[in-house]
Amino acid sequence: MSFITGVGLTSYGKHEGSSSLDLMSQAAELAVTDAGLKRADIDGILCGYSTVSPHIMLATVFAEHFGIRPSYAHAVQVGGATGLAMTMLAHQLVDAGVAKHVLVVGGENRLTGQSRDASILALAQVGHPEYEVPLGPTIPAYYGLVATRYMHEYGMTQEDLAEFAVLMRKHALTHPGAQFHDAISVADVMNSKPVALPLKLLDCCPVSDGGAAFVISRERTNEAGVRVMGCAQAHTHQHVTAAPALSELGAEIAIAKAKAASGVAISDVRYAAIYDSFTITLAMLLEDLGLAGRGEAAARVRSGYFNGDGAMPLNTHGGLLSYGHCGVGGAMAHLVETHLQMTGRAGNRQVRDASIALLHGDGGVLSSHVSMFLEQVR
Amino acid sequence: MSGNQALADWTKGEAAIVYQSCNACGGLQYFRRSFCAACGAPDPVEKRASGEGTVYATSLVCRAATPETRAHVPYNIILVDAAEGFRMMAHGDHDLAIGDKVIARFELFTGRLVPYFVRSK
Repeated sequence: MSFITGVGLTSYGKHEGSSSLDLMSQAAELAVTDAGLKRADIDGILCGYSTVSPHIMLATVFAEHFGIRPSYAHAVQVGGATGLAMTMLAHQLVDAGVAKHVLVVGGENRLTGQSRDASILALAQVGHPEYEVPLGPTIPAYYGLVATRYMHEYGMTQEDLAEFAVLMRKHALTHPGAQFHDAISVADVMNSKPVALPLKLLDCCPVSDGGAAFVISRERTNEAGVRVMGCAQAHTHQHVTAAPALSELGAEIAIAKAKAASGVAISDVRYAAIYDSFTITLAMLLEDLGLAGRGEAAARVRSGYFNGDGAMPLNTHGGLLSYGHCGVGGAMAHLVETHLQMTGRAGNRQVRDASIALLHGDGGVLSSHVSMFLEQVR
Repeated sequence: MSGNQALADWTKGEAAIVYQSCNACGGLQYFRRSFCAACGAPDPVEKRASGEGTVYATSLVCRAATPETRAHVPYNIILVDAAEGFRMMAHGDHDLAIGDKVIARFELFTGRLVPYFVRSK
């Protein structure tokens, strides 16, 4: 049994002068306080990585900086799936009695700490060093390849993809911490600068500064009753060249295992927090996970199904596409928002019912997947 | 380690595409290793590919990340299913569509030889 007892999130965008450790510390302080705990109560630390400040022992660097002497600590690296992978591990650690309160933290000054080119270059290194990287691909190009194939097989269009960017922006407009505050239309997405076709600038998440953290505990520490029901991973490849067919990707494997571990069905889910590095990522994952039929996700966006007041509220903070993406912390914001929704603290974004939530993270080029179900307990 | 002659390919500056074939399980792989990733058997045989294939996916890169690659934009990154049965990444003509039959040529990109596919008919 494990509970998410506290969450912390900074605004995303520019944090001029803040280091990765500063942003991690801000989020961690918020999460520990939110859990009603003191720093000394934390006996486990899991952290992600920082491309701006790489370190072989980031967890202990952070622990020392933050002022904690944990009995368990190390970093985790699974690209965009890192946040949920750390949460899964924290769940298992507290469940196994290794630690009582595990602090999970990610943060990076990715926007102001390095040039955008440096970020794009660092991320392109998820490609194969001999067989892919010399061809000059970028992360958007890897996903652009997936997008053309998905569009070819399932009839999705660029206008369909644009709907997801518009939806995430609409949600971000209601969150003061989001990086973007201007409404966009499908036409704006279609007319935005080409990056790696079919993906255009507004199909891509931004580079951001920010930090996010949670505390996962064996027992509840406060009013917040958010229990991890079950979770699972799947890793089918690293490089897009070696990816299996679209019908055999890891999202479907991970969700099937997570459903079995949790004893729930997709029809039980009331809130969805799904990785959205690009519009194609979100569209595909929604369909892979069963939150929409094949080729039907865009129609569900248009009908309001994924709105805050829709049948399946989705990334109500604006997601990576519009709240922002600071690396490991990026998709952790999805979990923070889920927690706020499940504990009735989402303010003007509060949804009617978030009693069971599905979270899904993706790392690499649909390489690594983590699916997780959370349950509101009273 | 390997009893097979290592064949030079475009990653070594040769105008060639090379893949590996496993004698034990028949598995094919494009990324060179000293063993078969499907069954673990050592010494997969290196073979030179015909350069023929079918386009699996494309993405026209319009925003590159380095001065060297920026000089080439836009360039079309493609995945090709080789006739021999393995998949590879390459460059290709901008108007290639998924399903097109293609044949490999080689072009210079950032001073290196890279496979570049054009329609074969």
